[in-house]
Formats: sequence, structure tokens, C-alpha cells
Amino acid sequence: MFLINCPYCGERDQSEFSCGGEAHIVRPKQPTELSDDQWAEYLFMRKNIKGIQFERWNHAHGCRKWFNMVRDTSNDKIYAVYKMGEKSPIE
Amino acid sequence: MIKYRVNKTKHVDQTKTVSFDFDGKSYHGFDGDTLASALLSNGVHLVGRSFKYHRPRGIMSSGSEEPNAICQINENTDLTEPNVRATEIELYEGLKASSQNCWPSVNFDIGGINNFISPFIPAGFYYKTFMWPKNFWKKIYEPLIRWSAGLGKSPTKPDPELYDHKHVHCDVLIIGGGISGIIASKIASKNNLKTILIEDKNILGGSTIFQKNENYKINNKYSGEWIDEEIAELKKLDNLTIKTRTSLAAYHSYNYLLAKENISDHLPLDKRNGDIRQRLWKIRADKVIVATGAIERPLVFNNNDRPGIMLANSVKKYLDFYGVSCGFNNVIFTNNDSAYETAVSLKEKGISVEIIDIRKKSNSKIVKNAEKLGVKIYWNSTVVNTFGHRKINSIEIMNLSEDGSNIVGDKNKINCDCLAVSGGWTPMVHMHTQSGGKLDFRENDQTFIPTEIDENHINVGSCNGDFELEEIINNTNKKVKNFLKVSETEFDNTSVLNSKELDKRNIWLLPNYISEGKCKSFIDFQNDSTAKDIKLALREGFKSIEHVKRYTTTGMATDQGKLSNMHALGIIADTAGVKMGTLGTTTFRPPFTPLTFGSIVGRSVGKFFDIIRKTSIHEWHSQNNAKFENVGQWKRPWYYPVNDEGLHDAVQRESKAARDSAGILDASTLGKIDIQGTDSSEFLNRVYTNAWSKLGIGKCRYGLMLNEDGMVYDDGVTTRLGENHYLMTTTTGGAANVLSKLEDYLQTEWPELDVYLTSVTDHYSTASICGPNSKKILTKIFPDKDFSDEAFPHMSYQNAKIDEINCRIMRISFTGELSYEINIESKYGKSLWEKCIEVGKEFKITPYGTETMHLLRAEKGFIIVGQDTDGTMTPIDLQMDWIVSKKKYDFIGKRSLYRSDTIREDRKQLVGLLTDDPNEVLEEGAQIVSDINKKPIEMIGHVTSSYFSPNLNKSIALAVVKSGKKMNGQKLIVPMENKKINVIVSDTVFLDKENKRINA
Ligand SMILES: [Zn+2]
Repeated sequence: MFLINCPYCGERDQSEFSCGGEAHIVRPKQPTELSDDQWAEYLFMRKNIKGIQFERWNHAHGCRKWFNMVRDTSNDKIYAVYKMGEKSPIE
Repeated sequence: MIKYRVNKTKHVDQTKTVSFDFDGKSYHGFDGDTLASALLSNGVHLVGRSFKYHRPRGIMSSGSEEPNAICQINENTDLTEPNVRATEIELYEGLKASSQNCWPSVNFDIGGINNFISPFIPAGFYYKTFMWPKNFWKKIYEPLIRWSAGLGKSPTKPDPELYDHKHVHCDVLIIGGGISGIIASKIASKNNLKTILIEDKNILGGSTIFQKNENYKINNKYSGEWIDEEIAELKKLDNLTIKTRTSLAAYHSYNYLLAKENISDHLPLDKRNGDIRQRLWKIRADKVIVATGAIERPLVFNNNDRPGIMLANSVKKYLDFYGVSCGFNNVIFTNNDSAYETAVSLKEKGISVEIIDIRKKSNSKIVKNAEKLGVKIYWNSTVVNTFGHRKINSIEIMNLSEDGSNIVGDKNKINCDCLAVSGGWTPMVHMHTQSGGKLDFRENDQTFIPTEIDENHINVGSCNGDFELEEIINNTNKKVKNFLKVSETEFDNTSVLNSKELDKRNIWLLPNYISEGKCKSFIDFQNDSTAKDIKLALREGFKSIEHVKRYTTTGMATDQGKLSNMHALGIIADTAGVKMGTLGTTTFRPPFTPLTFGSIVGRSVGKFFDIIRKTSIHEWHSQNNAKFENVGQWKRPWYYPVNDEGLHDAVQRESKAARDSAGILDASTLGKIDIQGTDSSEFLNRVYTNAWSKLGIGKCRYGLMLNEDGMVYDDGVTTRLGENHYLMTTTTGGAANVLSKLEDYLQTEWPELDVYLTSVTDHYSTASICGPNSKKILTKIFPDKDFSDEAFPHMSYQNAKIDEINCRIMRISFTGELSYEINIESKYGKSLWEKCIEVGKEFKITPYGTETMHLLRAEKGFIIVGQDTDGTMTPIDLQMDWIVSKKKYDFIGKRSLYRSDTIREDRKQLVGLLTDDPNEVLEEGAQIVSDINKKPIEMIGHVTSSYFSPNLNKSIALAVVKSGKKMNGQKLIVPMENKKINVIVSDTVFLDKENKRINA
């Protein structure tokens, strides 16, 4: 079970959090301008990387804030957590 | 009677007799025995039958790796437990144990017939044989397999004991209380670190504690004496918690570990007193030191599974720790030096022992020691066969060829009553790999040893591949110092004397004069897989170790392959001609040893299993005979039977009353979200399909919420309380998810919006009163209020007071009747409800439950999200086009409503169904077809809601049907098991299509 450093609360057990999948997928500002394929790209396509992945997490049983995490999915090493809207400290 | 207890030791108190039963026979052991040592002291080796061939099997080891001595304990009590290893259970007065997997008895076993037909039970037997004919499976094969296999019996009664969970944090956790764990604990705790040491046995010291040999000394003391002193000092240390009888179950990421402490398992049943039996420790450790030791390997040769064939180090433990000699005519079969310690120990006590060594020679000190004591050694030899049915009585040996691939010369028969085998040692790397650690293969002794992975976890001692005393002490000291950043320790100048092993020879499958196909060379003793099975799997094309394992079931029994995995790998490598290190290992998964369900569940049993949510009116419902229904965690009144009414009669009565006069429903469980902020209207525009900007203050509006994929997610009425203030209601089950979804969008997509969300579901109770007399009832409760349609129209809200208590009244309707919902602070909910009932008496106000609510709304064709929808329905599919704004530029899910798939005309669409026979009520979930003669029959939809309507006096149903929109008036069929029901597609609104009743 991970030990996650919530950017608002500090280190907490993973059981307090829920994962919201891939991060940095921005909802299109003008969905009506998009073709079916472009909309489907936003709606369905996720990378599911083995290795360094950018993820959204929510401190659901805590401050209820969403934040981003950089995690290596092959060994669960967490490299960084950062607030929504901030740039990832890791490329 | 032969006396097997030959030695007095301090670990077993031979003045305290303990009586116990095994397979219905009474025996005696002593305080300090395990069930296994007590059985062996009575000369009992045969303790079970093997899984597939039902071959007689005996106690093989002295620890958690035991594959054979698996027992059912305390049968026919509510504390009975299957699959308990006799080698691990501490003996207590009155213990009743029995062999598993043998019927009618361990000595006469009908399943043993499998042994004679074994040529027909090859690897993959279960996959191949029982495939055909298909109808044999249920009636013949499955019962046969279940009957003959049976791994113990589950208890049939509720577990009377308590189980506990405990969360702890520490600086250093040390797993394993053997010599390296003790050194590590001492260093850690003496350097001011909060340290926990866990050990699965009832005492510390591992295998060092029973060492007393001239060749193994620490600071000029026998290693056993040295460790006694260390343990005594350890117990005085303040910041060290020592937990014995505690076994590690799982090592998860970020040093989160689970350990099970046995608190009362070693006590007689009458001394347990219903206290806590086991405690599951949930440990978050800053640093973890794994010191789990090593397991001795068996050797793989023909008939290597007879009772009396044991691991050499276990034979020594039974002798030196428990004082029990496993035989008086011992033969040791080894490929390494460690077994010579067993020989020396036996010989020193005057017990006969000979050694068969596959090596060509060894000049180490311990070997010389054995030779000096007169132990006969057969070098360069192997066992080719063993004899004896219920216990071994003799063996055949032959010489090995130069390269060890074959046998040479003549057979030589040796009598024996115990064969102690040693194939070297396997580091227990389970914990290391569970935590994500990788392994390196070490060629010289064919072992997988841990590669260090991170700065917060190390392995020390023999689990790290250090097998010699000097290595163990010096390397442990050095590694722990580095790990904990300690500059000096008391172990820095320890003088260690030990015999050094110089000569190594490893042969995974020993050669034989008997053809391979006829050899029974067991690898997995519990699952009965042999070397032949592994080779067959390879011939049949299995290459990956994971596949061979599953096909042959090697390593898949309750011991999880602790003794078998290495040999399986070795034989695969040899047969395939590849290097063993390149094969990888199978994955070690938690738990390391089986956990009880009780310890996993802890206190979350019975009423603590899940949270129960009750409304503030719950007590009244209970007192008025309500039957309850679970809706999520909520208990909601389902119906209120009068006298001996059943569900149907009660619902018919409640439904009629609600339409004829007045009904009252507890609607407190609906989700309520308070929305405030200057952008609240804009926010609602984005999350609902319809428009919200123009909703007047004091007005209510129904909204439909979609997922981004266009599918209906939730619905409910939202009321505008002020310019920048709304109260949203959600479905009961959807409340938490809706709040999460809204928060997600606000925080991540639209952080620029000034909107604040607060869940107020629990803050308000709601009484919903409907029916033609509801207005009169409201007028009596709020005499000062004008309830005329002009002053208080449908879909509006007003503040009001009962005495001094504020309420909100919403005139909204989920039944199609004139209807009001009164919201009040939860603490006044019950008083409000009682007042409504009191005032409503003259109008025969009738409380109704969820079932009636469902019926009433179905008469009006109102959907229930989650019943009439299933995550694949768009608002267009529901024929609710009217609620989808054409003008709004965007809302959640809008773009998906005209994807190529969502605009298909032949999607399933919501329709009404009327049965030809008005008394025939359809089954919810029933399939719908249009053409019953066309094969295969196409199922074009299913029934989602179905009731007998007392107000219409006929059966009504809602259904989703492909292209249903265009089918009004069309005949369809609902085929059931014994009949076909004819139905006609109708409008979804069955009652009051003109909406007159809402203003009645
Ligand atoms: Zn937080």
C-alpha cells in the first residue's frame, strides 16, 4: 500500500485516496467543433503506460482535493506529487 | 514400547505431560512439543495421504514448509480448522487432530487405488481426461474429484472467537528472530530506533538455539550458548517490541506489512474464554530488515516420499530441540556439509547413522568430525530406490558416474528406519520479492539471492545467501551498520569459528537404473507432481515456468511450493538445456502462510460489516411495522404491511390511498447538495442537459445529468433558493458519486468558476406528502400559508415555520399527484413526520414505502436511474429529448449525443408494454423478442420495470427495446420458461397523460 504525500495534507495511507486515471487530458473547450474521431480521442483513449505515468489522484477520505502524481507503474515508485494547474516537476 | 524421546532439552518440559488425540487414538507428549514432535516421540510418522495418488506420507520437516503433515484440528467443534501444519501447531491439552485427504483411514485408504492406476494420471490429467463427455462433468467427474481429493473441512458454525486489527508505526521492523534477526534488533534498538522484531515461533533463536558443536563457536562459546545470552540481553531493551508467534503474511510497497499474531491458538480450548484469538498487525515501517532464513531442500530420487524420509536439519531439530529421535537406524543422504551436523549429533548420542554423499569427497572440519566419530560415508553415491509401505525400511544405493548424469556399478541395499535428506539450502526470498525486489542467480550453490532494491529494505543472514556462521554474523553486522548509519557495534570484533564447506555438487534429478517413466521422483509432495510430469509438460510444449507450474500443479498446494519450486526450475533448465538463472522464478504472492478469514476481517463482522444509515424518522417506521429495503447503505421503508398483508397487498393498498386521498413517504435519503457562489447558474448549465440561467428564485426544475459519454448518470430536482444559491437533489444511491463528479469538474476543468459545494444529505429530513388531499393537510400544518395554485404553484418552493422551526416546502411531484416535500433540520424530522401523520388522520394519510413509490412513478412513466437505465441509455433513448437543450453551447456529455453510435436509430429505447392479459405481470429483466420462429431468436430488449397498477387495474411495464420508438402498437413476445406472454408496445405514460392531477 502506497504512502502518498498529499500536497495539501502530507503523507497518508493509500486507502484514503482514489485514483482518477491519466492526468493532463484537458476537456476540449469547444467540443462541438470536433469530429467524432477527435472527440473519441479525448473520451476513450488512454495510454496505460508501463513505466513513468502521470496520474490524477483524489484525497477522497481527506481534504477531497484532486492533484497529480508521477508514478512508475512498474515498481510503484512515486516521483512527484503536484497541485492541479501546476506544471509537473518532472518531464 | 520403543522410547523415541532419547534426549532431555530445556525447550521441552518432560515433567509436564500433555495428552492429545490423533486420528481417534490417544497419545502423550510434553509441554513445549509441537503436534509433529509429539507424534514422532510416539513413533508416528504416517500422517496423511498424498493428494492425487493417495500414497502414504509422513512428517517431513519441522516448519512452515511442511507439505505432508496437514491436519484437521478439533473436528466437530465450531473451532475446527483445516490445513493446519502439524509442525507448526503447539501441543496443548485435549488437542484433537486428524489426517486429511484419506478415507476411511490413514492406514487403509480407498483412494490409494489411484496409486495403481497412476500411469494413467499424467500431468495435465485433470485438463485432459475430464473434458469429455461434457455431461459427465457435473454428475460424475466433479463429485468424484471432490470426494477423493478433499483438503479438509470448513467449519459449519459461526466462528465464536474475536479477531483484532492493530496499526503500528516503527523505525525498524525486523522479520525473523534467528541469529541475524537478533543481531539486527540489538543494533537497531541500541541506537535509539523504535524497533519491532517478529518471529513466527514461540521462542527466538532460530536454528542456532539448539547448536552445540565444537566446530561452531562464537567468542569461544557454543553458538547455542552465545545466542541464549544475546536473547536474554535483548529482552531488557526498552525500545524493542518482540512479537513471537507472529508470522509475516505480506510485504507491500512503501514498507507496509501485515503480520498475524497468534494469541490463543496454543491454549487448550477451555482456556480461551472468548478473548482475542489472533491479531493482524498492519505495520508501516521506516526501514525493514528481512531475516527469514533458509529452507532445506529435499533431493529428487525414486520413491523419495515414504514416511520416514525427512529433511536432515529437521531430524536434528527433533533430536536436539525436542529430544526425539526420528529413527534408530538412520541414513543421511546429502549433497552438502550441513547434514553432517545431524550425523554428528546423532552419533554423539549413540544413535546409528550412515551417510550417502553424492559428492566425491569433502575435507571440511565437520566431515572430519563425523569420520572421527566412526560414521560410515558412501561417497559419490546416490539412492536409487526406497522400500517400506507405511514407513521406510530400506534403501538401494549405487555409485554415480564421473559427471553425475548416470549410475555405475552394483546396487547396494541398506536397512534404515529414517532417511534424512539434504539437497542444500534455499534462501527464503518470498518477502523480498513480495516487496518488489529482484533476484540474482548464484551458480556455485544454485540459489536465487536478493538484489538490493531500495534504501529502506535489506536482507540479512541466510535469506540473503549467507549460510556460514562467520558470514552470517559479519555480513549482518556490516549491512545493518550501513543501513542504519551506525559507526560501531558490539559485534565488530566477534570471533567466529566454523567449518567451511569447500566441495559442492548439485544434481536436480538423481539418475536411476529404472527407466524415467517408471520412477516416482516427487517434486511437489502435496500436489503429487513428479519429475516425469515436468518433463512431460516440456515435451508437450510448455516453456514458461508459470505455465509448467499450472499444468503440473507443481507449487500450487497450500505450501506454495516452498520445497518444490527450485527443483522444478532445475529440472526444466536441465531438460531444456538452458541456464537456470535465465528462467526466472514463479511469482511469490502473499500470504506467505495461510491466513484465517477471521484475521482478515477483524472486527468487521455482523452489524459492523458495513455502515448502516438510518433517517431520523427510522424509529417511527420500525414501530409502525415497516419492512425495510437496503438502498446503498440506507435502510428505507419498503412497505408497511397491515395485519398479515404481504408485499403485493400492502403495495396495492398504499398506491390506491396515495392517489385517492393522501400518502406520505420518507424522502430523507435523497442526496442533497448545497450549491453557492456567483457562478452557480453557469455551473448548473454545464452539468445538466437543460438550461438554468432563467430559473426564477423560488422555483424548482428537474435536471438530467450525463456522463461525458452521453449516457444518463443521475437525475433530480434542483431548487433556486437565492440569486447565487441552489439546493440540488440526487438519487439516493448516486449522492456520493455525483458530489465527487461535480467536485472533480470544479477543481480540474473549471477552476475559474466561483462555486462551493456542500453535502447536506444528512442535515435535512424530508417528508413527501402526495394525493388530492395533500393541500388540505399542508394547510393544517401551516395555517398561515396560502397554498392556492396562484400563490404556491407547482415547481416552486417557499420557506415556512412550524412553531419556531424553519422548513422549506417544495411543491414537486414524483408520483404525478399534487405533492409537497417538507424539508426540516434532521433533528426535527421525526416530530415533523408525526405531526403530518397526526394532522393527516382525518384524510386517512397512508405511509408508503419505496415499492409503492416505484409503482406510482411507473404509472406516470417517470424513470428511475439505475433501474430503467444501465449506463448505456442516452436521454434520446429514454424519449426525453425535451430535456436536452438545443441552445446551450456545451454541457457534460453533449458532444457524445451525436456520435455515430449514439444517433443510431436501432438503439434500445424506452417504451411502455401492456400485456394482452391485463392480469399478467411481467418479470423485470425478462427478454423481449419479435419473431419467435426465426432461429436463432433475436432478443431485442428487456423489461426494466413491471407492476400491477391498482389505479388502472391492469399490468403495466417499462422496457428497453431496439428501435422501440417506432413500435407503438406493435405486438411483441416475452418468452418465459413455460409460456409465451403477448405484449403490445405503448406510450410510457399510463396514467393522466394530460397532467391534470398535479393541480387537482
Ligand atoms: Zn489532502
